[in-house]
Amino acid sequence: MNTAASTPARNTKAMNRFDLTSRLVAKLKNEEAVIGGIGNTNFDLWAAGHRPQNFYMLGSMGLAFPIALGVALAQPNRRVFALEGDGSLLMQLGSLSTIATLAPKNLTMVVMDNGIYQITGAQPTPAAAVSDIVAIAVASGLANSAWAADEADFERLIEQSMSAAAPTLIGVRIDDKPGTGTTRRDPVQIRERFMLGLGVRQPL
Amino acid sequence: MALAGDQASAQAAQENSWHGIVQQTLRRNEIRLVPYVPDRVLTTLIKNLHADPYFTAFPTAREEEAVGIVSGAWMGGTRGAVLMQTSGFATLANVLASLAIPYQIPLIMFVSERGTLGEFNYGQSLVCRTMRPVLDSLAMEHHTVTRLDEFEFIADRSIKQAITTQAPVALILSPLLTGGKTFDK
Repeated sequence: MNTAASTPARNTKAMNRFDLTSRLVAKLKNEEAVIGGIGNTNFDLWAAGHRPQNFYMLGSMGLAFPIALGVALAQPNRRVFALEGDGSLLMQLGSLSTIATLAPKNLTMVVMDNGIYQITGAQPTPAAAVSDIVAIAVASGLANSAWAADEADFERLIEQSMSAAAPTLIGVRIDDKPGTGTTRRDPVQIRERFMLGLGVRQPL
Repeated sequence: MALAGDQASAQAAQENSWHGIVQQTLRRNEIRLVPYVPDRVLTTLIKNLHADPYFTAFPTAREEEAVGIVSGAWMGGTRGAVLMQTSGFATLANVLASLAIPYQIPLIMFVSERGTLGEFNYGQSLVCRTMRPVLDSLAMEHHTVTRLDEFEFIADRSIKQAITTQAPVALILSPLLTGGKTFDK
């Protein structure tokens, strides 16, 4: 009963993480950076097709948005997406205030909210039955935050964010399915490939 | 003239202070992004970094968040450093072991040392004792700076080493260098 399905009345469809990630990746035409949070969010990013501008986290739960903020500040002319789980974001809610203060307009944050720690055995998060992550984001100063009602709405919000004048946060309610792939756990290569993809480095 | 002289001597004093050395050394090494969780001892440094348009200095809610930000910035081509105090460092074991070290990110940290040489809060003295064992257990480069005349050498060389070897470094600012925080403050 303490699941996403019973969260306070929300007129949003329960979607699928891999499907949404694939829809996002299909829209990327300008070498946009994408930061995948730990676990299923980066597994599904990997499964959606590796791109040189993808960065996959292998630990440090909750830091997808801070890492993406750093990339967005360093490269203000590049659109930066960050994919984070609801449980991960709960670890680092303060980062929403930092992002609202710095307000990089080239940052789009997606919160994949299933109300559970899927990867550890689907235990409900403390927020699952009581908290609204988009409302938290708005109260943190991220006025440009919204729940996606369905897949078409998600795509619309992603496109809207690409020309927004402020950072965007998109909440998506997702099902309880695990990730569809498994990222190759090679942190040095992940980091080096990402820096090549961002044009910071040239190959040897 | 007298005013100009006063300004010149004030500037000289700033340049010869430990915080002036931090500011100059960061600039010389093109480190622009400075997220921090504040500390009483760091007050003047933080104020001066905010006043200097070369730097983007801002507070974060947690030290771990600041580490994430400078890691992302470095991968994007902008160098950063994180300022914190001892108890803040104690929150970082996970991010050091899962981000900075395995991804080979030259994370540069300045840690204002509390918990020793006149500490008045028992909890601070206890958490201070965890700092060097954590650094040593991860085989991380770290230096405790006690002398002003050695500080520029240590800071400049350590930053350059971190960047060229792609490995994190912690520079621990001893109360012997900064004066620390005393009970009457």
